[in-house]
Parts: sequence; C-alpha cells; structure tokens
Amino acid sequence: MDFALSEHQQDVQRRARAFAASEVAPVASALDRKGSIPADIIAGAAEVGLLGCERDFVAYVAGLIEISREWASLGAVIAVHNSLVCHPIARYGDATQKNRFLTRLTDKRELGCYAFAEPSAGSDAGAIRTTATADGDHFVLNGHKRFVTGGRQARIAIVYALTDSTKGRDGLSAFIVETGTPGYIVGETNEMLGLRASEAVDVRLNDCRVPKANLLGGLNQGFAIARDIVEGGRIDIAAQAVGIGEACLAQSLAKAKDRKQFGRPIAEFEAIQWMVADMSTEIDAARLLAFRAAAMRAAHPDDTGLTKASAMAKLFASEAANRAAYNALQIFGGHGYLTEYPVERYFRDARAMTLYEETSEIERLVIERELAK
Amino acid sequence: MNLELSEEQQLLKQAMREFAEGEIAPGAAERDEHARFPSELIPKLAEQGLLGIMVPEEYGGSGYDALSSVIIVEEIARVDAAVALLVGSHNSLCSGHILLAGSDAQKRTFLPPLARGEKLGAWALTEPGSGSDAGAMRTRATLDGDHWVIRGDKQFITQGSTAGTYVIMASTDPSQGTRGISAFVVDRDTPGLSVGKLEKKLGVRASDTAALHFDDMRVPKDRLLGKLNEGCKDVLSVLASARIGMAALAVGLAQGALDEALNYAKRRRQFGKPILEYEAIQWMLADMATESEAARLMAWHAATLRDEGAPYLRIASQAKLYSSEVAVRSTSKAIQIHGGYGYLKDSAVERFYRDAKLCEIGEGTSEVQRMVIARELFR
Repeated sequence: MDFALSEHQQDVQRRARAFAASEVAPVASALDRKGSIPADIIAGAAEVGLLGCERDFVAYVAGLIEISREWASLGAVIAVHNSLVCHPIARYGDATQKNRFLTRLTDKRELGCYAFAEPSAGSDAGAIRTTATADGDHFVLNGHKRFVTGGRQARIAIVYALTDSTKGRDGLSAFIVETGTPGYIVGETNEMLGLRASEAVDVRLNDCRVPKANLLGGLNQGFAIARDIVEGGRIDIAAQAVGIGEACLAQSLAKAKDRKQFGRPIAEFEAIQWMVADMSTEIDAARLLAFRAAAMRAAHPDDTGLTKASAMAKLFASEAANRAAYNALQIFGGHGYLTEYPVERYFRDARAMTLYEETSEIERLVIERELAK
Repeated sequence: MNLELSEEQQLLKQAMREFAEGEIAPGAAERDEHARFPSELIPKLAEQGLLGIMVPEEYGGSGYDALSSVIIVEEIARVDAAVALLVGSHNSLCSGHILLAGSDAQKRTFLPPLARGEKLGAWALTEPGSGSDAGAMRTRATLDGDHWVIRGDKQFITQGSTAGTYVIMASTDPSQGTRGISAFVVDRDTPGLSVGKLEKKLGVRASDTAALHFDDMRVPKDRLLGKLNEGCKDVLSVLASARIGMAALAVGLAQGALDEALNYAKRRRQFGKPILEYEAIQWMLADMATESEAARLMAWHAATLRDEGAPYLRIASQAKLYSSEVAVRSTSKAIQIHGGYGYLKDSAVERFYRDAKLCEIGEGTSEVQRMVIARELFR
C-alpha cells in the first residue's frame, strides 16, 4: 500500500499547479464568460505535458486535478483530448495512424475531440443512427453528433458510426476524421449551464468521405473501443470533480476566516465548521477513489476490477463535488451567488460532472452489474 | 501510488474472514440476544494473535502494523461488531496506551498477559459528566507517600467488568484542566476498585460496558503511565489511533450489510423476478458498495499514515466520521432491501443496524470529529 505520488508524479503535479495558479487562475473567470479557451492556454497545458504525451496515468490524473481546480472547462478539454482521442489511437491504432495522428495531437498541439453522443443516443450506444457506408477506398459518414467537447478548436475527431446497422451497438466502428474534411460540419456551440468554455458543439456529417485507412481498431470494433476508453474517461471526470471540490474547499476556508459576522469570523460558527469538515472528508474520499482507479489502470489496464473502480470514482467524486459546491455557496452567502466570485462558476461546472460521459444513474447500473456478477 | 493490498495482506484478510465466519459468526446472534459476553472466544482470539495485534513480539504480541489491524477488525466486524469492539478497544485503547506511554518495565509487566489473553484490557476516560471534554474530569489522584490515591467514577467502560488490566485517567492537578491529567495502569484486584452497573445497550450488546468506582483506590507510584500531568496528550494520541479502529469496525459493518443485502436481493422474488432486477434495489446496492469502498480507502489511508509516522489526526477523524455514517446508512438500506424480514431478530442486518449506531458515538461522536476536522482545517 503506497498512498504517495512518485517523484515524477509529484513533479507533474507541481508543474500543473504552478501553471494553473499563474496562467489559468487569473483569467479563468473572464475567459469562461467569453466561452472559449485561447491557444496560449492550450499551449501552456502542453508545456506541462498534459496534452497527450504523459505516459504515467497517475501523474496525468494528478495534473488534471490541478488544472480543473482552477478551470474545469480546460480540464474537460484536456481530458477528452487525452483519454478519448490520444489513448484509443495509441492503443488501437496501426503504425501509420499513430505516426500520422499522435504526433500532431502531442507535439503539434492540435486538439482532438470525440463524437459519440447523438440527439437520441448517449450511454445507449445501440441507438446511434450515424452511418458509415463503404465506397471504394472510403467510408461515407452521415449523421448528427451532439456534445462534442472541444469541437470548435479540434483538428482531429474520433467519430463513431454504424458500419452494420443490423447489429446495433456491435455494428459500430470508430473513425479518425480530420475536422477539415468536406462534409464534416461544425454547427452551433451548445449553450450550457457550466463548462462554458469547453465549447461543446453539434457536428453534422453530410456525405463526409473518410479514407478506409482511418478506420480505428477494425470493422465493427467501435463499441469495444468506446467501452474500454470510458474507464479512463470516468477517472478523468473523477479527477475534474476532485479539482472542483478542492477549489470549493479552499475558497470556503479562506472566506470563512476572512468574513466577520456578529463580531467574529464565521469560521467560529459550528454551522460553517460542519460544512467544511464534510467537504474535506468527502473530497479526500473522492481523491482516494480516483487515485485508486488511476493506479489500477496504470498497473493493469485490463484489470477486470477497473470497471467498478472507475464507476465508483466517477459517481462518488461527481456527487461530492456538487455537495461541496453547494456548501461553498452557502458559506459565501449572497456573495457566492455573484459571478464576481469563482464559486458561482464551480457550482455550475460541478453540475456537469454527474451528467457527462455517463450519468450517475448509469454509473450505479455499472456498479450493480459488477456486484451481482 | 498503489492502493491494493499486498499478497501477504490479502492472505491475512482471507485467513481472518475464515476465522470470523467459522468461529465468531455462529454464536453472534445468540450472544447479542442474551447480551452475553463472548468469553468462549477469548482463547481463540488469543491463539490467532488478535489480543496483541500491534504489540511487538518481544512483549508477546503479534507485531502487526496499523494497516493489518484495520484488515483484522474489518473482517471481525463484518460478522460481529461486539467482538470487533472487544478486539479494537483491548488493543488500541488499553495496550495501545501502554505501548505509547509505558516504561520498558511497565510494558514487560502488563503487555504479555494482555497479548496472551490472560487478561483483558480496559481504558477508562469517560465519566458520568465528561466524555470528549476531558478537562471536565472529576476523578482525582492525590499522592500519599509512595502511592496515588484515586477517587471517582467512570462510565461507559468497555470490558469494564471483565478486564484484568485498566488504564485509568485521573486529574492530578485540577487547577490545570486538561494540563493536569495523568494516566495510571491498575490491576483488577486493587482494593478500592469496584465495578458498578452493567449497561444495557441498543447494540453491541455482547460487549461488556460497565461503570467503575474508585473508592480511595491505592495505586503504587510506579503505575503512573507516561509523564505526570501530561496524560491528555497521550489520550488524544490514543484516541486518534482508536478512531482508525472504529473506522475499520464501521467498514466491516457496512460490508456485512452489503453482502447480506446482495445475497437476499438475488434470492428474493417479487412480481415474477428477483428484486435485484429492480433499479430501486440496484441503486441502494451501488451506493452501499461505493460508499463502503470510499470508507475502506480512508481507513487504509489513516492506518498507512500512522505506520509511516506521518501526522494523521484529521485523516483519522475523517475516516471515522465518514465510515460510521456509511455504516448507519448501509445497514439501514440493508434492512430496507430485506423488507419485513430485515425487521426481525432472525436477520443479521437487524443486529448490524443497531450495532452501527455505536460507530457514530464511540471514540468521539460525529460532532466531535467535525470539530477536530474543522480545527485542523482552519489552522
């Protein structure tokens, strides 16, 4: 049993923290209102090593917590880029695909995005309607994707489409698609409650011709890939939620020491002490679950326990972050309701954590299925 | 970063599970019903080395670390929280205090009989008018020649009537509040020591909880445990480590409740299918499993920090606070899943539910834990 981060992991954590504190924190609230992440911030995250080239998953999770602590939108875009784009190409891609795309996603700092959800399909992959029809050396993609995080800036997308519509989810394939390909049309940015700078967009595929060489991991392997990468994705969201929770606690502690009512700092009232005690307890528990799953994935990517461990981390951390954000607003009182203070943003961003990638309800289903085995 | 048990720890867990299921579980319901102390188990616990868990081998103990202790207590509590409380309090409170503060001579005298199970240990801090507020303690120890004369009353003392060795806290300088408290190690047959009322309880009914009375009890000077007037520091340290034990006990209860509920939900059919197939039941089980896993990691974390010699006060309080609330929620859900059958004395979960409430109260209530945590956070 070893709860400590290795030297390398601590180093990534320190560098991510320094970058987040000096480059991200001062501008995060203003940029979040503008609704996009500037290229220099993406470049900064790449400098820290968080754009696809961190091989140590625990180190990456430690870094992602630090980034999300200051700006969850940035955390979300980094997470999608790493776990839903770089990771499947590294794991399932052939040599040519790795050469062609991974260098661009890492060294050239081109962002990746993940096009899976549709108006009628999310966790129910069998309801996906987008199709990919073979035509000579190409597949022709047609359909409508939603919630494509980072989709405005992304240069490389992984698109899931049916190559055999008689098989439901087992007829899905994954394609690496250049977002500049004719027929790949980036639509409106989804106006959202939180994660406002993560630029989730609609994507329409209108006779979009993708070379057969861009099929990832074999024909009809899309669902297997999606199911594998969702484990890393869940841990990523747990990490983002831990970051938001930590930020809520830190802001709350500072506010409670500073704010005086009835002649004393509100930190001296038990009502406030209770809230911070619970926040700290739950966020620490969430962090342990997240790192436990991360360490498991780093040591044994095919560990059968990972399904349950990652779902527990995501479920618990996302719900703990919401409770922490709720309490942070209570501690700030009316001030917490103002956009002037970042807790208002944390509160909105936290809400996404229990919803995206998979809802809490899906996580509970996944956990129960593993328990009943 | 590696949050998995080592092979050795997994073997210990497996061995403890077999021991608990084979030796402890069969009599648990009967002992609970009759509030009967598990005397017959003492030799077996001793044989397994569970009455000297963290006592070094040179003093006759098993020399386990705190993490192993958490594994052991969890597995016992999974079938019988009363026995887990006996093991936990005997080890972490009584032997733990002697190990922490005792002189080498005191350790040689008192620890081997405790570790061998020849004597059970009790730890007497709480009084009718004071629990976590140790400064309000009324029991007095005054020096008379080469003896301390102790007068006062203690309450809620686990193993109060069955212990052979007591660690007793008394005020040696009442003007100094918590800075005037000292600890003494006292034999059962010391004149002036009498056992009062045996308490009847909601849960952990097979555990021995008694009041103690000290009526001019004369204790030789060399029984002072630790430094004069500095007992409070040791008490806080003993309590912090005991909270890890209470967290482990709560995790065991939560796991026991989950295992019982999962089995029942697979067997029980309603409206033509097992109730496990209803989302309402699935949700409860998923939350129980997630929360008990989080609680277990917190207990492991606190124990590991302790083993490493790192500060762990806040982490132990968090583990105790969280796991005890999880135990209460999980045992309540386990009854809900069992429906009317869970409300019957015949079900294990009925006992677990009553036992779990102890965890939110013993070694400092949840409110005291939050006070400790907040104090550390606002430092």
